[in-house]
Amino acid sequence: MKAPNFKYARAANVDEACALLERHGDDARILAGGQSLMPTLNMRLSSPSLLIDINRIEAMRGIAVDGDMIRVGALVRHVELAESVIVRRHLPLLSDAITHVAHPAVRNRGTFGGSIALADPAAELPACAVALGASFVLASRRGPRVVAAEQFFRGLYETDRRPDEILTEARIPAQKSGTRYGFAELARRQGDFAIVGLACIEAEALRLVFFGCEDRPRLAREAARANGIPAIQAALAADLKPMSNLQGSAATKLHLARVLAGRVVGSLKVVGA
Amino acid sequence: MNETVAISLSVNGQRVERTVKVRQHLVDFLRSELGLTGAHLGCEHGVCGACTVRVDGQIVRGCLMLAVQADGATVETIEGVTETREIADLQQEFVGRNAAQCGFCTPGMLLTAAELLQRGKPMNRDAIREFIGGNFCRCTGYQAIVDAIEAVLNRRLATKAQS
Repeated sequence: MKAPNFKYARAANVDEACALLERHGDDARILAGGQSLMPTLNMRLSSPSLLIDINRIEAMRGIAVDGDMIRVGALVRHVELAESVIVRRHLPLLSDAITHVAHPAVRNRGTFGGSIALADPAAELPACAVALGASFVLASRRGPRVVAAEQFFRGLYETDRRPDEILTEARIPAQKSGTRYGFAELARRQGDFAIVGLACIEAEALRLVFFGCEDRPRLAREAARANGIPAIQAALAADLKPMSNLQGSAATKLHLARVLAGRVVGSLKVVGA
Repeated sequence: MNETVAISLSVNGQRVERTVKVRQHLVDFLRSELGLTGAHLGCEHGVCGACTVRVDGQIVRGCLMLAVQADGATVETIEGVTETREIADLQQEFVGRNAAQCGFCTPGMLLTAAELLQRGKPMNRDAIREFIGGNFCRCTGYQAIVDAIEAVLNRRLATKAQS
């Protein structure tokens, strides 16, 4: 189908975007890569009165090293993440995960910030952000604030972002040399949304973050305290309350989460190796 | 904040200036305003890949980009890429191997394969299948398409290695 009528504004900078959001709030939608928003418009699942196109805001681009933090602009496209030397060296978890995100034509447009702000429960990047201990910068006319990824995802497509705020940047601690990580997901077809997926970091503690299970990325706290793969798999019953959906029942998803935990924890890669 | 906007862009090497409705996506603009009917509309929500066009050198889903967003951009469609003969070898190989049946997916499939060829890296059949995974073909079963892309990729890589 065709998108319903809406008005369109191209924001030249973050201040302009914030001013428009202050005025229009929830009646407006931010148009970044458009790879999820445009389908919902074309299918008429959503009918905002205004689209705020942020694609030309230069300040929201780029990947940079800032001490032991990596700053990823919200408008960084998936293809840029995939090709980034900085990401390959300092955030190899993201380099591995991004190959599972959709297909080349979608990766050429889709943005990091868009994936985070949409908070699809089966998406890869929100889970990676939680595993990596990222935080997000939200700008508004009231000034910027920073929210940790663990607090940001609140439910099904629900985040801590307020209607007048725009996600401008992620700040992600670099993975330290010698620490370990792993990523895997099960999907019917390469590039599809995950049935179940797992992003894992092992620095001081084991951080297992499952996606495609619950309404948001889920950090498995009990499993982190368990010793050895069988104990980790057993502990997942206490950590995960999977939602049944077309991709599988809750019991199937718990089973698949255990399978993934075994595969990923059993074959963690070393940063810098 | 308008419902129509004047845009100026390059389409297949030619400067185009039009006033568009902001809700019109790029492929509707190319097809109905410019008569470039090579890019097709299958699902119109970003799944099938029939609408693939090139914007600023990269393939995109033409149904997921608004025409107004292409203001200032360089757009190439299968018509333009055919004219420049950039993938004449690939098109010949598609014909030779019967890699098209109804032809609905073919323009998108060719443009996606063109991006694969542009990268100029060796790829096995699994990697080729993964690369074209966002383009659906409901006739061929993909076998002949993968054959054609693989043959052209290997031929181009061999030519490059010799020179």
